[in-house]
Amino acid sequence: MQNTSLQFKKQVTIKLADVKLQDALSRLQTRFVEGRSAVIGEIDDLQATRTAAAAIRDRVLNDLEHWLLHFEHQATARGAIVHWAETGDDVNRIVAGIAAQHGVRIATKSKSMVSEECGLNDALELAGVKVMETDLGEYILQLAHEAPSHIVAPVVHKNKEDISDLFAEKHHLPRKTGIAELCREAREVLRPAFLNADMGISGGNFLVAETGSVLIVTNEGNGRLVTTLPRVHVAITGIEKVVPTLEDVTTLVRLLPRSATGQSITNYVSVLTGIKAKEDHDGPEHFHIILLDNGRSSLLGSEMQEMLRCIRCGACMNHCPVYQNIGGHAYGWVYPGPMGSILTPLLGGIEKSPDLPNASTFCGACAAVCPVKIPLPDLLRKLREKQMERGMKSRQETFMLKAWTWLALHPKTYALATRIGVRVMRLMGGKEKLIHSLPGAGGWTDGRDFPAPTGTTFRELYKRGVHK
Amino acid sequence: MNARDRILGKIRNAQANKTLGAIAATDQHTESIASHLANHRRGPLPPPPDSLVACFKERVIKLSSDVLETHDKMEVPALLARYLSERKLPMRGVCWTSLAGLPWRAAGLDMQSRPATNQDMVGVTGTFCAIAETGTLMVLSGAETPATTSLLPETHVAVLDPRRIVATMEDAWELMRKEYKQPPRAVNFISGPSRTADIEQTVTLGAHGPYRVLLILAPH
Repeated sequence: MQNTSLQFKKQVTIKLADVKLQDALSRLQTRFVEGRSAVIGEIDDLQATRTAAAAIRDRVLNDLEHWLLHFEHQATARGAIVHWAETGDDVNRIVAGIAAQHGVRIATKSKSMVSEECGLNDALELAGVKVMETDLGEYILQLAHEAPSHIVAPVVHKNKEDISDLFAEKHHLPRKTGIAELCREAREVLRPAFLNADMGISGGNFLVAETGSVLIVTNEGNGRLVTTLPRVHVAITGIEKVVPTLEDVTTLVRLLPRSATGQSITNYVSVLTGIKAKEDHDGPEHFHIILLDNGRSSLLGSEMQEMLRCIRCGACMNHCPVYQNIGGHAYGWVYPGPMGSILTPLLGGIEKSPDLPNASTFCGACAAVCPVKIPLPDLLRKLREKQMERGMKSRQETFMLKAWTWLALHPKTYALATRIGVRVMRLMGGKEKLIHSLPGAGGWTDGRDFPAPTGTTFRELYKRGVHK
Repeated sequence: MNARDRILGKIRNAQANKTLGAIAATDQHTESIASHLANHRRGPLPPPPDSLVACFKERVIKLSSDVLETHDKMEVPALLARYLSERKLPMRGVCWTSLAGLPWRAAGLDMQSRPATNQDMVGVTGTFCAIAETGTLMVLSGAETPATTSLLPETHVAVLDPRRIVATMEDAWELMRKEYKQPPRAVNFISGPSRTADIEQTVTLGAHGPYRVLLILAPH
């Protein structure tokens, strides 16, 4: 997928003014934020479980080569073929090769954010393979030629009316208005595709090293259909998704759906190991597992390694005041919200996404809900430091920070400057005690008023003994 | 050098400053991986429920599944016949071979023992075990236990021995390891009818899988 995060600020202005989007985003907040808080308490000792989950991820990341090799060995022993891909283009080439090898004409696909990284659908269409997205949200986006705006609820930016219009136009059927009717229509349109597909493409939420299995969580049942009916199954996932044992993955599964959609468990958790046996009636004859690097290995051993713990639940974006106001498309690539503001610059180049590390208020809500305890604000801060070191900040910002540093190192001048500052600002506030615009801070005051200071600094109050 | 070697090389280099170079340490390393794999250590678990069956049933209903109970497995067809006729659903379908011997015909049902096709409206399966914590069925694929039976029909009926209800997924793995050398091709954990909330985050039952799931608890 093309990275357009350079346009972030322009996109934000458009998204903030988009009434329909704002309405859709408020829904996400009530359903997912309240949903999570309703079920997360079911976990008896949430903090201990989060700590255990983070430790499971760290165990793998600190020793990734060994765990990947163990996974590869076990998966191969059961008849799967493991492929390694350095870039998204490599994934596309590998999948097109598998399709050609098996004479694949139609492929059905369940949701995979990694495949979005690669732009797999376009590549396969070019290779002459018809690809059908089957997750309802992804199917809607494929019809509309749009990108997902959320990693769990990809079509959150659209409302029911949009989807009614789209289905009526593309399916050539009478326009449906009820959500249940729309779902039924999608089911009936997609069922023949499931039955006729030669190849099923899925992601992989986790890889289990112990057994060489790919674990997939889904609700719609499409994940089961694409991995059961076609004679070829291709699972694509990141190299960081390995987990040692079935017990370890169970701890993560206890957290993933609760954090993501507010479900105690997803409808289906499928653990897929190897190919069908001779006497089996269903299951793929060929199982290919593609492990994608795409820049992930460069995070290992660095101060950003904790980002690789991520299990893609989306809780950080659901709880982020920035995401809640601008939605996912503004971020310009596959991963939005706090995790995307870190991953996009790290995987795609920090110079291509200069605004993303700054798209955070550092309120800390993301870190508080992260099931694997990724210190997201700390990582964002480290990215900002990198930007400063590389001279990527604007002249104004660099000057302001330097001025601040100088002032902070000269306490007497600092005291004088603040004493003058708060008095001037009190006058600016007038009777309302609100400042409508501040020179140099237009971006802040355009959207809200600045409460005027009372005219006395903290140090003055302290000296007068107000604290006693 | 191929992609595999290059990726593994990058991983090794990235961690070179962290990992200990000495050979003894590497042996220890391998040892710790092997022991972690062998130990199957569990993470923090929920407290065990007072009654596995009661907890399971409560969770199952929350997931929008239906539950029926009988003390006699031979009663299963009659229970199912009543359930289907009350809902005006087709009185025919497919079942796993292990259930072919139940008196289906006497209950007015036409149950064929074969894998499901797209035309079948009712699929009856057994259950490897079930999990009380989340109200989840664990179903294993195999020659006699096709995965399509619980997937293609609009109604999935699962027959379950209440003595096979365990507390957690960890317990379910332990049971699987006891009875099988290795996991089958597909282990499916099923928690209610298929659903989607993609349109306006509104939960709608019956996406691409079954519209309804009926559990019949019957001691085997």
